Amino acid sequence: MKVKLQHVAHARSGDKGDTSNIAVFAYTPELYALLKDQLTAERFKAFYAGAIKGPVTRYEVDNLDAMNFVAQGALGGGVSRSLCLDNYGKALSAAVLGFEIEVPESLRSHLRGQHLL
Amino acid sequence: MKDMIRVGSGSAWWGDRVEPAALNAEKGDLDYLCFETMAEATVSAAQVRARRDPSFPGYDTYLDDRMKAVLPHCMKRGTKIISNQGWINPDAAAKRVVQLLQEMGHTGVKVAAVNGSLITEHVLELTDTILENGLPTASLSSTLISAEVYQGAEPIVEALKAGAQIVITGRVADPSIFMAPMMYEFEWDPLDHVKLGQGNGLGHLLECGAQVTGGYFADPGFKDVPEPWNFGFPIAEVSRDGSAVITKVAGTGGQISLQTIKEQMLYEVHDPANYLTPDVVVDFTTAQIEQVGPDRVKVSHIGGKPRTPTLKVSIGCTEGFIGEDMFFYAGPGALRRAQIARKVLEERFKIVNLKAEDIRIDYLGLNAIHGDATPADAPEPYEIAVRVAARTKTREEAAKVGREIDGMAVSGIAHTGKRVPHQDRTREVIGVWSSLVPRERVTPSINYFVS
Repeated sequence: MKVKLQHVAHARSGDKGDTSNIAVFAYTPELYALLKDQLTAERFKAFYAGAIKGPVTRYEVDNLDAMNFVAQGALGGGVSRSLCLDNYGKALSAAVLGFEIEVPESLRSHLRGQHLL
Repeated sequence: MKDMIRVGSGSAWWGDRVEPAALNAEKGDLDYLCFETMAEATVSAAQVRARRDPSFPGYDTYLDDRMKAVLPHCMKRGTKIISNQGWINPDAAAKRVVQLLQEMGHTGVKVAAVNGSLITEHVLELTDTILENGLPTASLSSTLISAEVYQGAEPIVEALKAGAQIVITGRVADPSIFMAPMMYEFEWDPLDHVKLGQGNGLGHLLECGAQVTGGYFADPGFKDVPEPWNFGFPIAEVSRDGSAVITKVAGTGGQISLQTIKEQMLYEVHDPANYLTPDVVVDFTTAQIEQVGPDRVKVSHIGGKPRTPTLKVSIGCTEGFIGEDMFFYAGPGALRRAQIARKVLEERFKIVNLKAEDIRIDYLGLNAIHGDATPADAPEPYEIAVRVAARTKTREEAAKVGREIDGMAVSGIAHTGKRVPHQDRTREVIGVWSSLVPRERVTPSINYFVS
């Protein structure tokens, strides 16, 4: 089954200059394995389309069942220069929750937000 | 030597709430209460304000609010305070705290002011290259406002050793504010990167306050959090070995779970195995976290590597102005009216010859926040704000944005909603750049004041 990432993982973004780091945390270790396989740096950048101007680096953080995506050129030139209303990009992490992940039926019970499946 | 100390958070940024700080002071049974109040551009913005407004004392504009809320409890309990509310004038902030203590009848309290972070006059000699773009820092000479070094925990520890009960600093790396008590109480050597890695990692978990106790976290149906209007600020029960339990005052809302700890652990981190701070290089990839009770998570085994030979310098520069404003559409056809309104503005900006380095016209409600990342099939909203921003060299150019939006009142499209143009719709841009300075070239100095 294809589900939105929000059922598989939670996310938080942080800012440093013109770089946003968007960390994605799987709800269970089994879901983390799916994420590692499917949410590559290339797909991540493509999903954000023109909102990320620079390269994206993916760091795997196995002890947290998490991946940290460091996206350069994502904050309109930097927090203070940005013309975006969300200068710090604190809402940027929500976009990736719409990324579609293929999840086997056997892991259905691992998913959050069952009422929206 | 104590086996365990309780270090609590009093703020995560300048605009943070004051009530949870007072609660931590009153009910947190804290050995230390730590305040973080600075963003990247805080020092430069303070410098600009100080130039224009001679009455601005140069420290946290909420210093009085915060100190009045916590000092009575801290004095009663014997809680020490460490705070970066000194901004560009730690001495003045320390003197103000002494004054407040005297007004409350607390005499004999030693307050330290840690200086030495500001290196504006020497920054071009001390630094070579701008980290973000590789250009020489000398290229910033004509626009430079302020430069400050991120200091580590050592000067704070020195002040504590000298008997200070309250330590006010200028720019210090955020986690270092929270680690200084651990170094002091447990007599950690400044070069013991194993201990300091844990301490700085814990500092990182505490520095953003409620972001580890349920703030910036709740998402109904997915991540439910009790009483999100009533967050407590975090408290770390730190053991001598550098492990800790993160908790909060009983009866507050929010939650401390593996999830909230994880999210904060990677917040504003790039390479999780190499998080650079002035004191140590932190490695979060070895961290172990365990829920040991309700709203209690044990954090251990955060890694540490030897500190780098350099300190980060933040350089603030004038970079022109931003003009911005918005107006509104609602009801059936809101988007089509917003779209033609955008065209009207684009044409009028040509007529008035707006000279902008960048212009952004968004439909707030549809694509103003995620921009190009907005899905192509996002549904049309019932209400839309047309939000316009332009970055310009001069304030006069920036003001054209608001002036043309004024024009949408009677010369616009049907059903245009508008705000009364009461506020100044321009603001100054302070660009922030980074560089590195050899650590031996930076000398902290500490002044002491007694109430």
